[in-house]
Parts: sequence; C-alpha cells; structure tokens
Amino acid sequence: MTDIAWIDIALTNARPQVVGALLRYFRNLDIAEEAFQEACLRALKTWPDKGPPRDPVAWLIFVGRNSAIDAVRKQAKTQALPDEEAISDTGDAESDLAERLDGSNYRDDILRLLFICCHPDLPATQQIALALRVVSGLSVAQIARAFLVSDSAMEQRITRAKARVAAAGVPFETPGAVERAERVALVSAMIYLIFNEGYSAGGPGREAAAFADEAIRLGRLLLRIFPTEPEIMGLLALMMLQQSRNAARFDASGQIVLLEDQDRSLWSHTLIDEALALLDKAIRHRLPGPYQLQAAIAALHSRAKQAEDTDWAEIDLLYQTLERLHPSPVVTLNRAVAVAKLEGPEVALALVESLAEQLDSYFYFHGLRGGLLMQLHRAREARSAFDRAIALARSPAEAEHIRHQLDRLSTMAPAIAK
Amino acid sequence: MLYAILCYNDEDTVFAWSTEEEQATMERLLAVQAPLAEAGKLGPVARLMPTTAATTLRKGKNEPLVIDGPFAETKEQLLGFYVIDFETLDEAIEFSKKLAVANPGVGSYEIRPLHVFRPGTIAT
Repeated sequence: MTDIAWIDIALTNARPQVVGALLRYFRNLDIAEEAFQEACLRALKTWPDKGPPRDPVAWLIFVGRNSAIDAVRKQAKTQALPDEEAISDTGDAESDLAERLDGSNYRDDILRLLFICCHPDLPATQQIALALRVVSGLSVAQIARAFLVSDSAMEQRITRAKARVAAAGVPFETPGAVERAERVALVSAMIYLIFNEGYSAGGPGREAAAFADEAIRLGRLLLRIFPTEPEIMGLLALMMLQQSRNAARFDASGQIVLLEDQDRSLWSHTLIDEALALLDKAIRHRLPGPYQLQAAIAALHSRAKQAEDTDWAEIDLLYQTLERLHPSPVVTLNRAVAVAKLEGPEVALALVESLAEQLDSYFYFHGLRGGLLMQLHRAREARSAFDRAIALARSPAEAEHIRHQLDRLSTMAPAIAK
Repeated sequence: MLYAILCYNDEDTVFAWSTEEEQATMERLLAVQAPLAEAGKLGPVARLMPTTAATTLRKGKNEPLVIDGPFAETKEQLLGFYVIDFETLDEAIEFSKKLAVANPGVGSYEIRPLHVFRPGTIAT
C-alpha cells in the first residue's frame, strides 16, 4: 500500500471525530466540513515528508480549527465569531489538545454528528445521503451514482437535508442516559439503512454495493464508542453475517442465487467468525433485542455446513421471539420461510396470506407467495403473484430472478400449469 | 531462544483496508514468513480480531470483573499469551478466572478471538 493510500484511509477514519469536534467549536456543519477539508489538504502536504503525527485526530482538529478561525475572521464583518470560550485556546500545542480529547467528549462528538444525520425530520434517503456525505466523506458524485440520480439532484438533496437539520437546531448539550440510548437506537437504525441500501439494492457492479462495507465500518465505530451495548454488537454481527455471503449471492451472469443454493465455500469465514464472536459476547448480557435476534437467525444459517443442515426449528423459535419483541409483518413473512420448511407450503401460505393487506407493495411478499403457490402446483395464481413481484422489483437482478421462476413454472407439467 | 513478535498497528486503518489492499498485504507478509517456515522455525501465526470483539477479565478484590472491550490498564504490560480452542466465550472466561486465581497480584486477561493463519512447524 502506498503512503498516500494509507493517509487516505487514516483521514477517512479520523473524519467523524474531527468533524464532530469542529462542529462543537463552530456549531455549523458547513464550516466544520470546510475546516476538515483544509486540514486534510495540509496533512497530504506534510505527512508524506514528516510522517504521520503521534495523534492524527488531535493534529487535524488543531489545524482545522485554526484554518476555520482564519476564514471566519476574514468574514468577521458579516459573521460573528464563535464564542471565545469555545475557541480561546488556539495557541495550544498539539500535545495539550490531545490530552484534553478525553473519552466522553470524543464519544459525544461522534454521536452528535451521527445523530444529526438521522434527524427524524429527514426521510430515509436523505438520512443515508447526509451520513455518507458528512460522516463518511463520500463525494456527492459517488453518492449520486449509487442512488442513480444526477449530481445536481444529489447536491440539492444534501443541501436541503443540511438546511433542515440547521433549522431544527443541533443539540449541543451533553445528552442524558435516556436520550443517549434513544440516539444510539436511531443511529443504529440509520447505519442498518445504509447497509441495506448497499446490500439489497447493490449486487454485482452496482456502486451502492460499497455502502455495505461502509455501514460495517460505521458499526465498528459505534461499537468502539459504546463497547458494552449488546444491540450494537448484534447490529454489527448481523451486517457481517449478511455481508459474509456476498461473493455467493450472484452467479457469473449476475443472477441471484438463493441462500439454499449458494456455494457456502464462497462465504467469508473471516466475517462469520468475527460476527459469531460478537454475538456470543452480546448474548452474555441477557438483554435480547431485534438486532441480536436477527443476527442469531443469520448465525444459524452460517453454522449450517450445507443447506440441509439448517436448524429451521430454532430459526422459527427465534422469529417468534422477534415477533413478540418487535412485531412486524415483514418478520412474520420471514418466519413463513421457516414454517414452510417445518410444516410444508400449505401452512406457510396461510400465514403469508394473512399479511396480504399490509405487504401488498412489498417485493418479497409476492415473490415468496408465488414460490409457495408453485410448490403447491397452483400455477395460475403463482404466475400472477410473480407478475406482481416483477413490477415491484428494485433491481434488474431481482426482476431477472422472478423471470427465472416464471420460466420454471412454464416447464412444469402442462396438466397442472393452468 | 524462542521469540514472540507482537504486531501493533492502528486497527481503524487495518480494518478499513479494501479487499485488494488486504490481499496484497497478506502476500507480502507470507513472502517474508516463507523462508522461516521452510526452515521449520516458524511457530503459530495468528491474527487478532478487532478490539470490539474482545472481552477483559480483571482481577478484583473478590470476584473478577468481566468487561467488554480491551481495557487492560496501561501500567500493565503484555507478559504472555495462550491460544486455546474454546466452544464459547463463557468457557474462555471460566478458564481466565482460574488463571487469575492462580496468579498472584493484580492483572487482567484480555480474551480476544483470532484467526489462525499457520499452525506452525516449530517443536520444543
């Protein structure tokens, strides 16, 4: 790896903490971001010669803060300087600054930065875009390509999100325990949204696929600042277990390969091992939550050497626990897969039909329903379910997968394909 | 004399490597290890999972304390290590408790899952 590549990763890693601290000083997201950019430019100029500083985060905060103060002073006639209290120690040496970066500040800065991105006023797509821009530092063009929109549309979306956040006001007081727990839950949900954007809409050759790795990186960051939260361990384990199957999810022609047909030797055992270790840690807390339960379900798939070894009874039990803890038609739909394995397609279909009203516009609902009907040789109904699924597919690979099911339906005995 | 080489690096950076960077690094490391392996002088090589996967057992006055994360006090130095195959974290914690009891003084035991790269060829 070249020095520049190393510096690039180090700067990306430092970003949440540095932008978070600069946001605390200047209370303005745009100033904080510009200051960070400036500090990065200086780092790229000086680090290759002098080597990285002892504490890169402290260095970047220090340099970024000074450059922003200069910039703000230049426009001082039109804009008030930040409170002297917050910036009075500009003459500090780097070491002093580093010492004052104590754990709690660091935690709250990062949490605040993540939290403003998942502001409840923002729709999910804006939350994801803002987090990828502000926390991960992806360029507008990169995010636009992944969302399949133009650069200018994405630029507008991010600007609008920032304006909304600014209008709502960023909370700067240190959150209390309850509020912090709420923030952590919101931030976890946003990270999982980013993951799903990458994982579901991703697929071979899609830009969005990289979001899944980025979400895992953010999950690790969140767990490092809250190392004793079992639900964050569960979230990270869940994302890792899903991502571990990435190389096996599509065949050479880009077609979806179902879990039971995947070549399990392609699964990443590095990710699986780490996820299982995290889940083991989480379970010892005896505080089960939705992420831990979903991770536990995913872990049962990972533990099965071949599809036939899958412990469907245990999966069914875990889904039932999840239904009690976190009732949702999607959870019940997922349980139907386990029910189909345990009690046959007829029982599973009855369960699925009960969700028709709530999940009518959900791709997987019609896909699974079609599959169950096909197993029951109810070809005509299966065909209309698959037609509905294609109309709701979110990626070419999903649509292609359903088309493949329709082909199978056509090759079934003509006597039953009515 | 047997030597242990303990590798330190910035884990944020290491775990943010792309697949290509990861592979290239591994190839370079394996090339460095190869002559020693051929000479039968290379012991086990392991890679620790990130500190987020770690649990620490710290000796207390009465009951030992189990903590999430790698929180050995900085005044403590790494003085040795075990590599053991446990089924669960509970077993690893139980074993660490026995170590804590058997050892005099204070001290901590960080339980850190790892990936084994090479089982090693050394015999002593």
